[in-house]
Amino acid sequence: MSAIICTDLCKYYQQGDAVIKGLDHVSLEIEEGSFICLSGPSGSGKTTLLNAIGGLDSLDSGEISIDGERVDLLGKAALADLRLHSIGFVFQAYNLIPVLSARENVEFVMQVQGISAAERKQRSSKILKEVGLEGMEDRRPAQLSGGQQQRVAVARAIVSQPKLVLADEPTANLDSKSMESLMAQFRALNHSHKVTFLIATHDQRVMEWADRRISMEDGRVISDELQQAVR
Amino acid sequence: MAMPVRAMSTLAWRNLWRNYRRTLIMLLAITVGVWAMIFMTALLRGMVDNMVRTGISALPGHVQIHATAYRDDPSVTHSMPPPSKPLLDLLNDRQVLAWTGRIKVPAMISSEQDSRGVTLLGIDPRGEVALGFDSADIIEGRFLDGVDDRGIVIGKKLVQRLETRLGKRVVVMSQDPDNTIADRGFRVVGVFEADLESREESIVYAGREVIQSMLGVGTDISEIAILGHDYREPEALAASVRNIVPADQEVLSWLKLDPYLSTMMQVMDGFVLVWMVVIFLALSFGLVNTLMMAVFERVREIGLMRALGMRPSAIIYQVLVESLMLLVLGLLAGNILAIGTIVWLKDGIDVSAVSEGLEMMGASSIMYPVLQYPDLLLANSVVIVLGIITSLLPAWRAAQYRPVEALSST
Repeated sequence: MSAIICTDLCKYYQQGDAVIKGLDHVSLEIEEGSFICLSGPSGSGKTTLLNAIGGLDSLDSGEISIDGERVDLLGKAALADLRLHSIGFVFQAYNLIPVLSARENVEFVMQVQGISAAERKQRSSKILKEVGLEGMEDRRPAQLSGGQQQRVAVARAIVSQPKLVLADEPTANLDSKSMESLMAQFRALNHSHKVTFLIATHDQRVMEWADRRISMEDGRVISDELQQAVR
Repeated sequence: MAMPVRAMSTLAWRNLWRNYRRTLIMLLAITVGVWAMIFMTALLRGMVDNMVRTGISALPGHVQIHATAYRDDPSVTHSMPPPSKPLLDLLNDRQVLAWTGRIKVPAMISSEQDSRGVTLLGIDPRGEVALGFDSADIIEGRFLDGVDDRGIVIGKKLVQRLETRLGKRVVVMSQDPDNTIADRGFRVVGVFEADLESREESIVYAGREVIQSMLGVGTDISEIAILGHDYREPEALAASVRNIVPADQEVLSWLKLDPYLSTMMQVMDGFVLVWMVVIFLALSFGLVNTLMMAVFERVREIGLMRALGMRPSAIIYQVLVESLMLLVLGLLAGNILAIGTIVWLKDGIDVSAVSEGLEMMGASSIMYPVLQYPDLLLANSVVIVLGIITSLLPAWRAAQYRPVEALSST
């Protein structure tokens, strides 16, 4: 069964007299438990596609279904609920809440979900240990390095075990070692919990981890290939 | 889904102190505003309270009984008999604190040097003291001993006008029921001081029986003055008395006897509300500006929270809670400061430099702040309710950000 079905997605931006094609008749089917990399140059539509699937941005036309539910037809509150319970986001800029500690950032989504304090603490401790931030739980984002902040953001995205993780250039600010560690965690979660990953990246090393590679250019899918993950 | 109250409240509290300097300035503004609302209202209340009390003590009493025609023509011809047995029973009831019957007629008082028109009060001194005459106001000599005291007590200002003094004789002239001149010589046995100079100049006290005898009215009196428990609620007492007195007598509360004062009291209630709203409007610009700045500075975070699954209503809630926290802190400090100031100034503020102006309004030269709990409640309610309403604009703006645009903002 397909987890995500995108049909004829179109998104255009007006820039002066020119029309920029963010998404130009993009159609995709993504199976549950896939580990997919979206590649392509800047402006090719990778981020626009992730934002559209996550309900962060609206479409000019087309349909998106996640587990049979039409995302493009949902209202603001229903979209918020979908993101809260089913989708984890990892952004290129870590996007942590600066007034919350690493643990509080990780627990934030669970707190909004209404998970008990004891369970939140148990889950956040486990995930922070897994991402190598044990002992740094009480540090605020400003007290963490870029790599550490990105790991907190990843921990936040996967701690509540969403069905789908949308990651936009998650390794852009990481060194090789941190990148390897992060991708290994993504892969482990993908294998153990059948979490679907859709990762937009420029990084060839990241692409090697994927089972499927979708290339985009000028808002269009120019290639969609299954590949043998080398890691 | 239930509102994540705790998460939002924690965020709101921490966000409040991100720019602590701005928060402290806004807190200071709210504190001063609330202080001004409460303290200035207490001063105004105190001034009106003083004017009313002074006005009532000039009447005095909360309720009065007269012959029906007396108020149109306050002469001795419109006298009435002393209280009947049923009325006496009521006057000695618990709802009455004190009462007295008096003769009250226009008269002319003359010394060797000058003459003045005055209101002659034939009184029972014990009744007057019970009603509110303060014997400490006697600055020279003594107050009257009884209803048959043959002396006269006049005000300090009248002493100056008549160029007389304690122990000297004065002549008082009025009309008897046959409209013939009735006069009598009195020795000045006491000089009183009053909050209002006009009272010192226009009222003279003599023994009731002496005046009744001078005017030839037997035991008749001009009015009965009654003191209840609360000057703000005199109508219930007036109604009870009205049920007992005969038809040729009228019973009026001070609210009717002195419409200037009663209107002032009513106007004051409206004025207090307007005053508070005006102060808050000045405050609200600062509040909206502070919250707007706080929202603009956090556009990216708001986008992030939306992306993580916060509903727009939760964003509104967070901004409103932040505003509420600011308001509550400001209210707390403002209330403490205002109540502290009022307690500190409980002995009054001497405004004698402008006392003549105040006297024209019937107020004394010492202003006492009077804190009324309904005013305190009103000030706090105005700040909270209008504060939340004012905060809706920045909160709504915050909730309208599209996640994708907010996340890409710098």
